[in-house]
Amino acid sequence: MTTTTLAVLVPLLPFLGALATLLLGRTAPGFVRPLAVLPSLAALALAVTVAARQGGGGPVDAVTELTPTGSVPVELALHIDGFAALTAVLVGLVATCVQIYSTGYLRHDPRYPSYAALVSLFTSAMLLVVYSGDLMVLLVGWEIMGICSYFLVGHYWETPEARAASIKAFLVTKLGDVPFLIGLFALATDTGSFRITKILGAVASGGLDHPTLIALLLLAGVAGKSAQFPLHTWLPDAMAGPTPVSALIHAATMVAAGVYFVARLLPVFAASAAALVVLAAMAALTMVGSALAALAQDDIKRVLAYSTIGQLGYMTGALAVGDRGAAVFHLLAHGAFKALLFLAAGVVIHAAGTNSLAAMSRMKDLRARVPDAYWTMSVALLALAAIPPFSGFFSKEAVLGAAEHAATGHAGHVPGAAGWIVLVSGLVTALLTAAYAMRLWLLAFRGHGAEAPDHGRQPVAMNSVLWVLAVPSLAYGLTTGVLPDWFDSRDLTPTLTTAVLGTGVALVGGIVTYGAWRHTTAMSGRFPLGAVAAHPDADGGLVEAEAIASHESAYGNVASAPDPADPGRLLLGPLHRHAAVGFHLDALYTALFVRPVRGAATVVRFLDREVVDTYVRGAGALPRWLGTAVRRTQTGNVQTYVSALLAGTVVLVVAVLLVATAGA
Amino acid sequence: MHLAYPAVLSALLFCTGLYGVLARRNAILVLMSVELMLNAVNLNLVAFDVWLDKTARDALHSGQALTLFTIAIAAAEIGIGLAIVLAVHRNRGTADIDRLRDTAERPGDDDTDDSGPARNEPAEKAEATA
Repeated sequence: MTTTTLAVLVPLLPFLGALATLLLGRTAPGFVRPLAVLPSLAALALAVTVAARQGGGGPVDAVTELTPTGSVPVELALHIDGFAALTAVLVGLVATCVQIYSTGYLRHDPRYPSYAALVSLFTSAMLLVVYSGDLMVLLVGWEIMGICSYFLVGHYWETPEARAASIKAFLVTKLGDVPFLIGLFALATDTGSFRITKILGAVASGGLDHPTLIALLLLAGVAGKSAQFPLHTWLPDAMAGPTPVSALIHAATMVAAGVYFVARLLPVFAASAAALVVLAAMAALTMVGSALAALAQDDIKRVLAYSTIGQLGYMTGALAVGDRGAAVFHLLAHGAFKALLFLAAGVVIHAAGTNSLAAMSRMKDLRARVPDAYWTMSVALLALAAIPPFSGFFSKEAVLGAAEHAATGHAGHVPGAAGWIVLVSGLVTALLTAAYAMRLWLLAFRGHGAEAPDHGRQPVAMNSVLWVLAVPSLAYGLTTGVLPDWFDSRDLTPTLTTAVLGTGVALVGGIVTYGAWRHTTAMSGRFPLGAVAAHPDADGGLVEAEAIASHESAYGNVASAPDPADPGRLLLGPLHRHAAVGFHLDALYTALFVRPVRGAATVVRFLDREVVDTYVRGAGALPRWLGTAVRRTQTGNVQTYVSALLAGTVVLVVAVLLVATAGA
Repeated sequence: MHLAYPAVLSALLFCTGLYGVLARRNAILVLMSVELMLNAVNLNLVAFDVWLDKTARDALHSGQALTLFTIAIAAAEIGIGLAIVLAVHRNRGTADIDRLRDTAERPGDDDTDDSGPARNEPAEKAEATA
């Protein structure tokens, strides 16, 4: 088969798998698990084959136009360069791991078939986005991902948190998608095509009339999808979904779609220096703010969610300094270790019966209960904190190196300001990242107090994928020399200055957090805390749903816990209160958008009920009165009717006679 | 014989029948009153047929033909009517027209048009007020 055929099959197989799962889910439950896992596995194998055939050479392009669609043609196009080939491998890998993990995690869930179908559909949409060479086709995958995310976040729709989170995720990302769509149209109008290759050709020859406007419009959609400030607020709340969904969608793939989109169209953004500075500022705010917020969260998944936002900030930062190689390099590394972190967090939540770090820090020997999760999570956290030689170190150094390159004015058209912004905020974030990674590890695995509850062995399906994902987190650095061939052949090896600086601040962050923890941990015995959902036999999904639902009632807040033994509280000081609620952005949005919309809805309801309906009721009143009058004559007595008939006849006869005599 | 005699007689018969239809309460008497009205018409028809025959304007005796027709219809009608009255009497134990008011409209049943046994009670009330 040709590479094109294989590439078409990659998104198609999970799509067919999703359809089959939806059709067979009720009638043949035995087929659901194979139908969920096998298409993803096949797609992964095909994606690897495509990547091997493409081999970092020239891009593979294939186009077919199904039907003419008016002024700017929409074509089914494939555009597979090194970025696309490698990202597809990552998506396939994470999706397969998540599907295998879900068979264990949601093994008793009654809605597992629809869940598996949605995950397959989601995988297919993401692969479509990755391979598509036409922006309209890309948009189709983009929006399917949005709706799948909505359904999957709301998987536990029995809990109000999940319902609110799914609607929030949908609305916030759509808020970004509207300008995104307008931006796509503007781009197509300027360049005369939706094809990525033609657009890039037009940009190279200076055919773009409004680069800043288009770039900013597209950035809104990217910010929504990739959870960048100011549209990142949906991502922490989306943790109300099942853990495998968080791993697949909200860590490894969907949120990476925005970054990947910018990477594909980087020349469009690079055509406008203003857009690059905006991108850099957005990335810097996102990075630092989310890292501070992560340090204050109590829910283990919310810590990881904020860290996802921060790592995506690194990627947008790399794009802002014009190095898409570094951005996608970090995307791939981050996708693997963040999926691992989330899946391991799911195991930990299942074993501990709670998602609260405060409760875990009061459990002894949790690490002995889940040795696989303990070791793999340690590896992933080291990768997250960018400690050499783990994967995060190499990718983060590539980003910082690119920023330094731009800051010192070696990156051509990229403004030096963008470089400095990204470099400084990147180093600050590296410090904070190491701090919250350390805090997470200490609180989760180094607790004191009562024995951790025994939930038995975790299923093999869940433990095995952790080790599969640990491999790239450990060995990804070896690819540093090979990957530039696949990307823009810019060097990705760490430079000495940034490597020493980055690792240095990361070590400082980790050590300071350890010191703070040693200082505060003695207090944990004095302040008993913790609500544990004890279902030793239930599957992970049920335990997690209960843990999320009980967090607010147990601690008064969905995000934080009043735990004086938390090192984050000591480190952040007065900032902690604000960081725990994400710097009041949700409250600000409530005041700015939610309340006015609610007020407007009240006015509209008043107008509809009291004004419009009055006319409708008024129109109905007269016939109603007439009807009531006529109904009174219906006595049921036949003789009355006949009498009325006779009287009417007499009146008519008299009238006719009168008319006849008067006429005569 | 002058035309006025049968005409007056038939008018009297018709009025008697009309009074019976409007005022009697027994269904059988109402049916009999209907018969009276029909026969008043028959009488008129025959009388005018004879009168028109004298003036030789109608040789077909259509009046008499129509009378035969009416008698046939009246026979059929009384047959069906009596059968209905019998059935009603068997069902309800009465042939009183005033008590057969199931088709009456009552306040509160604009939407439902079921005529169940629940209706019997308000029927009694309506009769009491009538």
